[in-house]
Order: sequence, then C-alpha cells, then structure tokens
Amino acid sequence: MSNTLRVNGTVHTLDVPPDMPVLWVLRDVLGLTGTKFGCGMALCGACTVHLDGRPIRSCVTPVSAVTGKSITTIEAVGQTSSGKRAQQAWLDVEVVQCGYCQSGQIMSAAALLAAKPHPTDADIDAAMTGNICRCGTYGRIRAAIKRATAG
Amino acid sequence: MVRPPGVSRREFLSVGVAVGGGLLLGFDLPAPPPSAFEPNAFIRVDRDGRVTLIMHKVEMGQGTYTSMSMLLAEELEVDLADVRLEHAPPDDARYAEPLFGVQETGGSTSVRGNWEPLRRAGAAARSLLVAAAAAAWNVDPASCHAARGTVLHGPTNRSLGYGALVDKAATLRVPSRVPLKDPKDFKLIGTPAKRVDAPAKVDGTAQFGIDVRLPDMKVATLAACPVFGGRLASVDDARAKAIPGVRQIIRLDDAVAVVADHMWAAKQGLAALDIRWDDGPNAQVGTADIVRALADASLKPGVVARDDGDAAQAMAGAARKIEAVYELPFLAHATLEPVNCTVHVRPDGCDLWLGTQVPTFTQTAAAKLTGLPRAKVRVHNHLLGGGFGRRLEVDFVVRAVQIAQQVTGPVKVVWTREEDIQHDMYRPYYYDRIAAGLDAGGKPVAWTHRVTGSSIMARVTSELFPKNLRVIRAVGLHQLIAGMKGLDTDAVEGAAEPPYELPNIRVEYVRQEPPGIPTAFWRGVGPTHSIFVVESFIDELAAAAGQDPVAYRRALLDHSPRARAVLDLVAEKAGWGQPLAPRSGRGVALLHAFGSYIAQVAEVAVSPAGDVRVTRVVCVVDCGTIVNPDTVKAQMEGGIVFGITGVLFGEITIKGGRVEQHNFNDYRMLRINEAPVIEVHLVSSGEAPGGVGEPGTSCAMPAVTNAIFAATGTRIRKLPVKDQLHTVS
Repeated sequence: MSNTLRVNGTVHTLDVPPDMPVLWVLRDVLGLTGTKFGCGMALCGACTVHLDGRPIRSCVTPVSAVTGKSITTIEAVGQTSSGKRAQQAWLDVEVVQCGYCQSGQIMSAAALLAAKPHPTDADIDAAMTGNICRCGTYGRIRAAIKRATAG
Repeated sequence: MVRPPGVSRREFLSVGVAVGGGLLLGFDLPAPPPSAFEPNAFIRVDRDGRVTLIMHKVEMGQGTYTSMSMLLAEELEVDLADVRLEHAPPDDARYAEPLFGVQETGGSTSVRGNWEPLRRAGAAARSLLVAAAAAAWNVDPASCHAARGTVLHGPTNRSLGYGALVDKAATLRVPSRVPLKDPKDFKLIGTPAKRVDAPAKVDGTAQFGIDVRLPDMKVATLAACPVFGGRLASVDDARAKAIPGVRQIIRLDDAVAVVADHMWAAKQGLAALDIRWDDGPNAQVGTADIVRALADASLKPGVVARDDGDAAQAMAGAARKIEAVYELPFLAHATLEPVNCTVHVRPDGCDLWLGTQVPTFTQTAAAKLTGLPRAKVRVHNHLLGGGFGRRLEVDFVVRAVQIAQQVTGPVKVVWTREEDIQHDMYRPYYYDRIAAGLDAGGKPVAWTHRVTGSSIMARVTSELFPKNLRVIRAVGLHQLIAGMKGLDTDAVEGAAEPPYELPNIRVEYVRQEPPGIPTAFWRGVGPTHSIFVVESFIDELAAAAGQDPVAYRRALLDHSPRARAVLDLVAEKAGWGQPLAPRSGRGVALLHAFGSYIAQVAEVAVSPAGDVRVTRVVCVVDCGTIVNPDTVKAQMEGGIVFGITGVLFGEITIKGGRVEQHNFNDYRMLRINEAPVIEVHLVSSGEAPGGVGEPGTSCAMPAVTNAIFAATGTRIRKLPVKDQLHTVS
C-alpha cells in the first residue's frame, strides 16, 4: 500500500505497510537517522518528531495516521525559529553528553518554545517529562530552554 | 558531509571547521595521504596542514574526545577548532589503556592513564616540526617556537605552517623524551573547552552504531531464551515468513532472529513466531533463592582484602558493637541507544560497525567465531549512545556475528528495549555484612566488612583479557596474585580502603555466583556498591554515637586532608545544619576512589505517603589537576542523576529464571520533573588527575539514603528505596 507523506518539506510516496511506525519509515526507509529508537512504546521520547508542528512519538505513530500531513525531524528543525534557538542554546549551555536522546529533547523543546515563548518551570516539566536522558542532563536542558526564550 | 552509505573502506569520524565556524562532526572518506607525518599512533599531519588526532578512547558522553584532544593539542600547539578526529582501529599494541594493558574505555581511566602519554605524544611531534623548521632556516631550534599549527622564528620574523614541514619532519628521529610544559603555561588544559562532539549531536548528524546504513543491508532483531541458560526447542515460522519484508528466520542454540528489510518487519516477524523454549536448569530460579544463597555464603569466612591491626580483639573489647546487613540489587545499564551491532561476514574477512568500549575484544570475538585471522576483522567504531559498562561486553557482538554468518551481505542486529533489559549483563546483587566496635566516646575502634557477590573480575579475566606481559605490567602483579587467591579487587574497591582512620579493620570477599545470571560492570563499578555500604554504615555509627554525621566523619580524617577539605567545603556550600521543613533532611557522603575525592550533600523531602523527592544535591570535587572543568561538572551532574535513578528505582528481579522488568515503564528512570537542583564546586589542585565519570554516581546513592534517615529516622539498608517508606509514613 502506498502512503504519501511530507518530511522536512519533501513529499514521499512510499510502499510500506500502513501500520509501520513513522520512526522506522524515517530511519530505515528514508535514511533520516537523526530520529532515534529508544523504547518502541512512547516511554522515552527519543523518537520525537513534529507533526504539523506538534510533538509526537514516532515509534507508536503508524504511517497511515500521518498521510497528507507534514513531518519535521531533527535534521530540519533548525529551519524553524524555535528549533534554531533551541539548537543554539543546547550548544551554548553544553547540554549534550552521549547525545542519543538529544534529538528528541530538542524536538520537544522546540515545540514547547513555539507554543509558549516564555515557558515556566511547570511548562518545561509538562513538555519535557516524556523525554528520558540516561546521562542525566536535565539541569542543563532546563537552562537551555530558558536561554532559548531570550531570542 | 554525511557520505552515502557503503562507499568507504573505512569510516572515519572527523571534526573540522564547518561553514559558519562551528565544529563539524560526521563521516568522511579521507583521501589517502600522499605524504603525512605520523610521529606516533595519535597524530597525523598532512601536507596541507590538516591535523588529525586518532582517538583510542571512545566517546560515550563523558567528554573524552574533547579532553584527549586537549592533551594532544596543548603540547602539539594547535587549536582544537583546527583538528579532526578519527576513531582508532583495534590495536592493543598501539592503543592500550596504560592502566589496563588493553584498548578499553572504562573505569574513569582516560585522563588518569593518558595525562602524561598524550602530552608526550603532542610534545614529541611538535619538537620534530620545530626541528624541521630550524633546519630549513639553519637556525638553532631553541630560537624557534610553535603556536597554532605554525613554527615561528622570532629573531627573523619567519614562520612555516606545519603542513610545509611534514616532509622534513618525517625524516627526523623521534626524540625519546621531550620536556613538557610547566602547568602555568597551559593554554587549553584547565579551560572550559567546548565539546567537539556537540554540534553533530544537536542537528541529528552524529553517527551512533545504530545509525549505520550500508548497501543491501538487512535489519534483524532477536529473542533469546527468556530463561537464562535455556535453549531453543522449536520454532514455527510460517506466519512470520508471510509478513512482507521478512527475509529469513535464523535459529541459534538459545535464540531466534528475524532478518528483514527494516526493523518494523523484523519486529512484526518476531512477534509472529511460535517459539518453544527448553527452559533448562534455571527455570525455577527467583530473586529470593539468589539472596538466600548469598546470605548463607556471607556467613563463611572470605578471602582477606585488608587486615590491619586486630579487628576481632578490638571488637571484643569495644564498648558497643553495631552490626548491619546491606543489600544491593541487580541493575541493568539501559543505555538509551539499545544494544546493536552490524556485521558483514565474507569468506575472506569480516567487518563490524558498532559503538564499543572494547574494540580489540570485539575483534577477537569475531575472529574466534569466523575462524578468520584478527587482521581480517575490521572494527568500525562509532559514537556510543551511552556505555555505563554495557559496551565493555561482547555478548551482543557474538550474537550478531552468529546471525551474520547465516546472512548474505551486511546485517544490522538491533535489540528491542525489552531484549536489552531482559538480556543485559547485570550489576551483581551484593550482600554485605558490616560491623563496628565503638569506644566509650563513640569512635570506631574495630571495623569488619564482608562483601558477598559474584565476581566480575574472575569472568572478564578468564574470558576477555589476553594473558600477556602488557596486561600484567599494566594491572600489576599484585592484582594477578589477588585474583589467584580468589579476591575480586573490584568488589571490595571502596570497602578495603575507606578514607577514615580505622586502626583495626578486616575486609573480606566471598564469591557467590547466581545461577545463570550474567553480571558485569555498571557505572561506578565496585565503589558504587562499596561506598554505599561504607557511607551508610558510618552514618549509622554517627547516629549511634549521637554525633553529627559531618563532625563524626571529620574527626576520622586527620590523615586524609584532601578528604577532609571536600567534606568541609560541601558542608559550607550546602548550609549543613541550617533548618529544613518537616520530613525533609540532609545526608552527606564522602568518596575516595578513581584517584578523586568527592563529597556530596543531598536534600530530600519525603511526602506523608512516603514518596521521596531529592530536591538539591551539592557536590564538591577534588579530582586533582582538571583538564576540562565543564566536563567535570557535567559528569558530576549526570553521575548524580544516574545515582538517584539507581537508589530510588533501580532493581532487576528474577522470577522463573527470567527478568521481570521489560521497558522504561517497569525499569524506571528519573525524569526532568523529578531531577534535583545540582551545584558542583571544583577544588583547585595541582595533584595528579583523578577520574570523574563514575564517582558522582557512587557518592550520590548514600547521600540520598542518609538524607532519608535524617528526614524520617528510617535507615535504608536495602536498595532500591522504591516504596519502602510507604509503610512507615
């Protein structure tokens, strides 16, 4: 069955099963490996992408649910204002350690910043609690989000 | 700069100046250098002046690519922004960790072991480049100096870039010893250098092992027998084979793998298999049986790790005797990048793409399975999406090679999170008996500590480490003798040498292996277990003596001024003694391990229902000379969060020979809304560098449980805390 989806501005028509999660379409079909596999059950947030600007867990989102919609991944989020500010703040604050979760962290943060330009600590908790960082960079993630609001 | 997959003979991680000035990190295929200056295993300078540093340590978040580069660049006199990095190939002869004798990243050794060798490597290369320039100008080398990749001759105002000196420098004899800089002249070391791996990790271009893509590559996922030690009895794969994209079902002795066009088909295929397992001899094993066996074993005398004074006699004469049993559970590593390994086996060679802390062990494992000479096995190392000890093992390499041997072309074997949790190699379950005799003033005059648990050292020594002179020289003869006596030096590290004055101390180790459960190093290794026990127990003694926990420790540290200094500073910075809200408390812990001294004060708040929240942690670090201060802070921050996850939630339990946990729903991680405020203070020191990757974790665990005691009066002697306080609220 063919599915049409727009990823980072490019339209793809793919012959993949309709129940195939967007995560594996991105990684194994389109070669966009910046989006990460962590748990497969929407428990860790490593697979977070934007669907029409809103954060979703791509590991549990079937491709059939996004047909005709627009997906943005870490590879292109820097082309959005909030994404670019988040990425720069991540560098300024030196957030990353192993870095494996950080694509998902930045996608969640960029969506938060787009929706709430000046998020409170409670807003940050609500938006970021679904993203696990095994290296424990949470303090710097919070600091980076606050820094990114300044722009 | 990401290359199309499969075009390269070798993948190189490179770091160069990107458009816009930032550092760029990605895959690159370097043209074979027409003529390069390679004075040692770590440095290559090309004719065009390009400087490449070869990274024998792996980057798993600890910042080692930045700190190793700083050591080389400091003496080589190049800017960090102007160097490129390559992952080193497997080669113990060139890249062994000086503290282990094999090429391994772990144990918080990178800066400790390479502090001098890498600076010497940089200095030797620089001296040759300077000599080459001096020869070209016919001047005294002493009248020249190097800076930012250029040799300068001040008196005549001449300069030559390193690239122009390559041909001449390559003909000169490598000097045996070149003086190193006086630390006061350091330009890089001690400055908060930006991480060289950060830009690629914020824009999605960083390449972890799991990100490998090769032409005609298949993706596989697997199910190992859920019962440890069980075998595959039979499998009906008819339904799985009917799933579009499924290519092959592979049967191993104790596992089944589904090879497919992509991970989704592989997962669907695995779910569609009808597998029957022969559960084997461990089908009835449960955590309670394992603990009972440990408890029984802990009653027997062990191998002596330390015996100073006469602990038995001092105990008999003590005014009071305090005894306790501490238990620490099995723990999974749960690196966020699930275990994976990509392999291409051919009749004439084998290639592996993965992130590994042990490239030579990986090479050896693949060579053994395929029967190929090691030189025909190429290991393409990658960034690691977390290590914490998991990627010190080669169990997943063995499985991947076994699968790849039955597949034509390359296959990427990716474990599901469930497989990753259920077939990890776990931090051992430890059962510790500890006792102290106090004099009338409450001071410990006798101390006995018996550690009981499985021996990781015995396993890795027999299974992984080569037996050669390099290893013996690196680890020391005393380690080998200890091993022959049955002493696991890791299990007692932190227990055998507490920083406190204990005139009569006896520490023993009893080896007791759990049936079928594989055990391995976990962040903080031995000290994560031992420091928890020692620091909890010293807190118990302070309470028994009716003394303040900081003052009690301090009185035992006359002979350890560095330990006393971090303790004093942490008490000051934390506001020790200042009032807190009801059901809140402060706990202190002190650590001397990995060549570093650390003190932490944790603050917790315990809800009326018994839920524990860690609200603040203050950490003071004396790790000797600091290479990159921001990395030290980051490692403490991350290590503390890792420790809090472990102390509050971490627990792998066994029932029916199987692990009961599956994913992050039942193997919990601390999340951002639960993370404390963390303050890290660095002590300025000229001492030799200490390690920082592990000790933050080891110190955090007892600081938290000591704070729980301060808040509630309940002493936590068995981890994790989980819902233990729910019944006492």
